[in-house]
Amino acid sequence: MTPLPTGSATHPGTDIAAPRLAKKKFLHDAAEHVRDTGHRAFVRKALGGYYTTRDAQKARYRDYEQARDAASLAKWSAVNRLDELLPRFAENFTANGGQVHWARDAAEAREIVLGLLRGARAKAVIKSKCMTSEEIHLNQAMEADGYGVVESDLGEFIQQLRGEPPYHFVFPCMHVRRDEISDLFQKHLGSPPTSEPEELTMIARRHMRRLYVEADVGITGANFLVAETGQISITENEGNARLTAGLPRVHIAIAGIEKVVDRLDDLAVLLPMLATAGTGQPLTCYNTLYSGPRRAGECDGPEEMHVVLLDNRRTEILADPEQRDSLHCIRCGACLNVCPIFKNVGGFTYGTTYQGPIGSVITPHLRGLADWNHLSGASSLCGACTDACPVRIDIHHHLLHNRRNAARTAPGRFERLGHRLFVAAASRPWLFAAGGWWFRKSLGLLKALRPPLLKAWLATRDLPPAPPHSFRSQWRRR
Amino acid sequence: MSSTRMGDARETILARVREALRLPAPPPHLQSPALDPAPTGSLPVLPLEAARPWLPDGGDSPEESRRILGENLARLKAELHHVADAAAAAAFLADLARGRNWKRVATHGHPLVATAAATLACDTERVDAGPFDKDALEACDAGVTSCEVLVAQTGSVLVSSATCGGRALSVLPHVHVVVATADQVVPTLGDALHAVRERHAGRLPSMLSFITGPSRTGDIERILVLGAHGPKELIVLLVG
Amino acid sequence: MRIDLFIPCFVDQMAPRVGMAVASVLERLGHTCEFRPAQTCCGQPSFNAGYWDEARAVAIRTVGVFAGTEAVVGPSGSCVAMLRVFYPQLLAGTPHETAALDLAARTFEFGEFLVKKLGVTDVGARFPHRVTYHDGCHGLRELRVKEEPRMLLKAVRDLELVECDEPESCCGFGGLFSVKYPMISTAMAEVKGGSLARTDCDYIVSSDPSCQLQLDGWLSRQGKKPRTIHLAEVLAGTDA
Ligand code: SF4
Repeated sequence: MTPLPTGSATHPGTDIAAPRLAKKKFLHDAAEHVRDTGHRAFVRKALGGYYTTRDAQKARYRDYEQARDAASLAKWSAVNRLDELLPRFAENFTANGGQVHWARDAAEAREIVLGLLRGARAKAVIKSKCMTSEEIHLNQAMEADGYGVVESDLGEFIQQLRGEPPYHFVFPCMHVRRDEISDLFQKHLGSPPTSEPEELTMIARRHMRRLYVEADVGITGANFLVAETGQISITENEGNARLTAGLPRVHIAIAGIEKVVDRLDDLAVLLPMLATAGTGQPLTCYNTLYSGPRRAGECDGPEEMHVVLLDNRRTEILADPEQRDSLHCIRCGACLNVCPIFKNVGGFTYGTTYQGPIGSVITPHLRGLADWNHLSGASSLCGACTDACPVRIDIHHHLLHNRRNAARTAPGRFERLGHRLFVAAASRPWLFAAGGWWFRKSLGLLKALRPPLLKAWLATRDLPPAPPHSFRSQWRRR
Repeated sequence: MSSTRMGDARETILARVREALRLPAPPPHLQSPALDPAPTGSLPVLPLEAARPWLPDGGDSPEESRRILGENLARLKAELHHVADAAAAAAFLADLARGRNWKRVATHGHPLVATAAATLACDTERVDAGPFDKDALEACDAGVTSCEVLVAQTGSVLVSSATCGGRALSVLPHVHVVVATADQVVPTLGDALHAVRERHAGRLPSMLSFITGPSRTGDIERILVLGAHGPKELIVLLVG
Repeated sequence: MRIDLFIPCFVDQMAPRVGMAVASVLERLGHTCEFRPAQTCCGQPSFNAGYWDEARAVAIRTVGVFAGTEAVVGPSGSCVAMLRVFYPQLLAGTPHETAALDLAARTFEFGEFLVKKLGVTDVGARFPHRVTYHDGCHGLRELRVKEEPRMLLKAVRDLELVECDEPESCCGFGGLFSVKYPMISTAMAEVKGGSLARTDCDYIVSSDPSCQLQLDGWLSRQGKKPRTIHLAEVLAGTDA
């Protein structure tokens, strides 16, 4: 197997040694990214087709808004009955011949997977796209233990060769230009240069084929865990997950505990909604349910199948009824696709496994509010994400809730004082009017003095001169 | 990891879950007044039947379902061919193999598939006749399979590991040919799930896969390319 | 109808002409306008910054100021959303909850009020210019006002309405966000302002003075031609 550079070792952002620096780094990276207008235009263009395709597919629903209700309700009733459904899934999956493993945190999950690899005497591991494995930095751990790991999803493979984490949790390498990919393949795979996406895809396809056949262990994620039948559901387009779960001797799937749904029938709503919101497809190319290892009478399939159920602070979100719905997330990526912040600062600036609006909501829960609240602040609260979400998560209002929780638990001292003074003035009309008068009269002077916040405004934007009279005085005189 | 630590983890997680759920969540933000939880105080658990009229149409009659299936397959860049009977399917497949100069075609023991592949002039590889060689399957030009059902609503082919030649046959060869009868078309995904449950009562196959068009990727500059890792072409032969 | 003007603090100090235009349109339609000088700020800056306890004091006060009104109309989608959507949340579980819900039910954004409440689309205005409309996010997504301003504009004599290619994108203002994250805010202004300017219009019509501040600030700095104008100012224009 071709030795590959370790993708995870150099994760920019996902492994900030001193998390206190997260905000500083965010501001720095955002400013840097914003200056790169060429890159911003490239990302906008790449996402440009999304709206058209998605809207065309939405129009084929007889009532898309009600279908969103149905999807939302399916997830609501599952997440709020996790105590009942998780054990039921585990029991049914075990009855199907699979093995369930429980991981309280990332370290435990890594240890479980490494244990399984040792038990299987694995030599080569093939992976299909799995964001939970990014979350627990699994590749790093496997490589440290000497396992060769290859990401089979084209985008993830490109990111692995580049030594970068995914830029977008559904479109991992959407920020990379085709000529960069051509150079990358030339360097690592010895392929001839080309500017055709088709040819580049075929280079990866040819490279990967042998690896599927040779791998002893396949690692995948799971989009849904069906409690009723003990099946896991995997959504993909390329067929790499089918091959990863079909050819190796052992199949390991890693999934967050919030992925459980009650009934198999729920998928008849959730699968099309996931595809439509995520990429504008009626269904993604492969939606596959696995209930365990190969059964007697079946001609192929793994001898062992394992599911690792990961908590890793998901129960912290569960314990917050107000934001519990953020566990409804089916990771379709729609909220990223429509987010003006994501499009302007790019995926890496977040410094998180889950980028975009939903990442800004959940990361403070997963990794600490004090260090990650700036992500909730970095939003104009435009609400495009909430409108796009197929399961109706109240995304942008949760950003507001995070800001409130942060102001309560760790208020900025000067900031709180500022708001208290403002409120004190707003409670006294005469004082407020006087303050307004003073503001209008001294605006010219303020513009010249440039105190910090005004300076930030004036750096890129003009401010009109103040009118001579306020509305209230004009009204009085009328 | 020792089994006790495993047990601990299970118990800890479930205890955390139970503790977390002690405070009830507000009802979801729904738009449809039909789902308003207020009158009963508790949320309806929505049966799939209730959601059916909101999802894309799968047709109310077999003719309509077949028409919708055809439209969807065309949009997905899959091929659909209607053939009169099993003999016609075999003739079509033989022509296809000759025209494409296929050297080796993989099949399995389903009667419909066996008949369709009976007159192939090239080599064939049966995957369900005993352990098969993965490399040999990978080298096949095409895989011919049956399916459980075809779904009009989404243009999907549902294959299972139990009846459609296992897991790899429908995804490893470069072209996937599906042979199905017209009465296998069902309107919706819900109907498809219902059908497999009836057929495999109490014992679902280890894999069920909804295949919706040929394998694809948009990973490079979001430009659509067919045949990422799975088949580049999906050809459906509908008999009858 | 007796209408109480809800003049956000920013309009009071920086854009009094907008408040006057609102009154002139409503009075031209035969309604009486009142302004309660006890009103100050709706508390949105503190609310959005997370200082809900501080904002709550202002909310309680504002609910009291507008007690006994028949209809409260404001020329800012954002501040109206604060009263209508966020006050009930902020005051939930307090003795002021019912009063907040009552106020929410009779508070309207200007354009929405004309169309939905008064049932008027033609207010007898003339504005001989090519314009485009900028949807403020709070109006669009918290209040679901999208068609109303367009209906009003289409009824204005000699006005040509064109749409930009990013109609639902945010201008990037976001209150304190615009100065706490100025680089992101400016990048958003570039996208939206650029799209609006490409329509080659004379004016960008808006229902939110805060979006106007952002867009004008950026357009003026860039030396680009169009400037914003509030919907009320357009509707206040007549031949006379
Ligand atoms: S929050 Fe909603 S829109 Fe965003 S990824 Fe999750 S499901 Fe999709």
